[in-house]
Amino acid sequence: MTETAPVVTVSNLIKQFGRFAALRGVTAEFSGGKLYAILGDNGAGKTTLLRTLAGLNQPSSGEITILGASKFHDICQQVGYMAHPSLLYDEMSGMENLAYFARLYGIASRTRCADAIRAVILSVGLDPDLARPVGQYSQGMRQRMSLARALLNDPKILLLDEPFSNVDLHSATEMVGLLARMRDQGKTIFIVTHQASLLEHTADEFVWMEYGKIVGRTRELRRPEVTQ
Amino acid sequence: MTGPTGITRATLLKDLRLEWRSKDAINSMLFFSLLVVVVFSFSFDPTAEESRQIAGGLIWVAFLFAAVVALNQTWAREIRNQVLDAYRVSPAPANSLFIAKTLGNFIFVSVLEALMTPLLIVFYQLRSIGPAWQLLVVAVLGTWALVVNGTFFAAMSLRTRSREIMLPLLLFPISIPALLAMVQSTTAILNGEGARFWIVLLVTYDLVFTTVCLLLFETVLNAE
Amino acid sequence: MKRAFPILGILTAILLSYALYMALVWAPTERTMGNVQRIFYYHVPSAWTAFILFFVNFAASIVYLIKRKPAADIVALVSAEVGVVFCTVVLVTGPIWARPVWGIWWTWDMRLTSTLVLWLIYVSYLFLRRFSSSGQTPALAAVLAVLGALCVPFVYFSIWFFRTQHPQPVMGGGGSIDPRMLHVLLINWLAFSCFAYLVCWSRYRLEKLQRDVDQAQALESLMAPRGSAR
Repeated sequence: MTETAPVVTVSNLIKQFGRFAALRGVTAEFSGGKLYAILGDNGAGKTTLLRTLAGLNQPSSGEITILGASKFHDICQQVGYMAHPSLLYDEMSGMENLAYFARLYGIASRTRCADAIRAVILSVGLDPDLARPVGQYSQGMRQRMSLARALLNDPKILLLDEPFSNVDLHSATEMVGLLARMRDQGKTIFIVTHQASLLEHTADEFVWMEYGKIVGRTRELRRPEVTQ
Repeated sequence: MTGPTGITRATLLKDLRLEWRSKDAINSMLFFSLLVVVVFSFSFDPTAEESRQIAGGLIWVAFLFAAVVALNQTWAREIRNQVLDAYRVSPAPANSLFIAKTLGNFIFVSVLEALMTPLLIVFYQLRSIGPAWQLLVVAVLGTWALVVNGTFFAAMSLRTRSREIMLPLLLFPISIPALLAMVQSTTAILNGEGARFWIVLLVTYDLVFTTVCLLLFETVLNAE
Repeated sequence: MKRAFPILGILTAILLSYALYMALVWAPTERTMGNVQRIFYYHVPSAWTAFILFFVNFAASIVYLIKRKPAADIVALVSAEVGVVFCTVVLVTGPIWARPVWGIWWTWDMRLTSTLVLWLIYVSYLFLRRFSSSGQTPALAAVLAVLGALCVPFVYFSIWFFRTQHPQPVMGGGGSIDPRMLHVLLINWLAFSCFAYLVCWSRYRLEKLQRDVDQAQALESLMAPRGSAR
């Protein structure tokens, strides 16, 4: 029963930037423990939707409920966010970056912190003892480290914006595998991507966006027939 | 150490570490401060007597220029790779970030001032009639005034076009009373006169603006 | 409300003409400065009007920060713009007055100096409005307005003390003032206030219309069916 209760509800969400409306009334319910792939052309509003869910944008009107809360800050401890820029400090190593962000999430005690960080770096397939600054990593490594940062606080919900872009196929496939395992553990995952084929056999649902609205939701990777 | 204080401390240490590692930025700023002092000394070539009258103004204008260059730097790091989003998404409070950034800037600008001061003393043959510890008090209060507003306005400028010119544009007008106080008190102390009014003004200014900046920073941080 | 505008406009025009006559003709000639002193009737009321407008800006900004009403934001914008104009009048009439009378272009007189600093603060406010690329420009501007307004007492105190240490010529209105001159001064202030109110009102309507147009265009793009030109 709890598995099908919606963890994210969006109601008539509108986001305007001056004269341009990026989200033109998005209404949807998303249940827990699933992996959603959000697809659409450039300018369809995918990134805006994700950023609004992550509390980085204030909607012009409409409501969002995540895990029962209407203010993002109340549940921010349980959400992980990752975007196309790495959201990491280039001059620090992976370990140092994560140690800092762990602090922000209240993971304070020394040993608990170091263990948690090591575990999360290993889980994304990287070497925790790598002392090189993140700026020197390859794109694939950097994306994986960015994912590690999003996973630090063991969030219930993951919001990922273009996690596979510019990443080599091997790294991307490993990331997909990791995300599938997280979904199986009960996490709810939203992935905005242009590379839908990577998620063809993994995503539970494909959410199609166009022109600021959700135009269809399918189980398979097939663009829905849109009636206007 | 948990909670907001721990986060402030962690952020401050992270900034200091990053500053130390990107030595290019520090070196260029140190050199810039040196240049400012030298250029000023070519422009004004006073006798020892005269210099005590104008040194207050010269010193603080030189510090102001160095501070603006430093202030622009520290938020730039948070914009690269959009790291600021990672902070905003976390439960960490906005004020911890503000205090950490302000303290970091304070340390950084103080280092610049400490390096510029001996040069200024040498170039202007400065000898203070009043006690030097009073000058230190003024330096601390004045630097804090510049840095607390500077950090705040630098964060504001992140949301504007022409970010680097917006910082001095916003900072200078509001800093005028504090600048006047800094300059007048420095001049007074150098000449062995009392500076009590100006110091009280600076203390009040620092208290009022630190409080208001703390109250309003969250609005600025989330203004996307 | 809209019908009141032309009526108020005519009344203001009459008042301004009357005030002009009073200032240039009726008011007694000042003993030491001669007719140049008549600029005082423009210099001082402009300053008072500017200060009132900046206070309105402060109040509107606080209302906006608490209640987030768009109308408060428009009032803040309008009062800052018109306030800067009146401030400019003060800063221009000051030197025009000072030069023939005291032989200097500028004096660090309390009113003139405070007005200069206020002018700088509110011009920087207008720059922030112009250069902000954020969706929350009104909130940022309101924050700046609050800081700017809090700075004002410091400006006054610091300049007051600076002046006691470095005395400079005082520009008019220093000691007691002839009651006839006070009368003309107040008439001019009334006329300027009405004029300021009119200008603010027009500007408010203009800004509101502009925002309504933007809103309507955004709404149109919101409702437009897929495929129609964006």
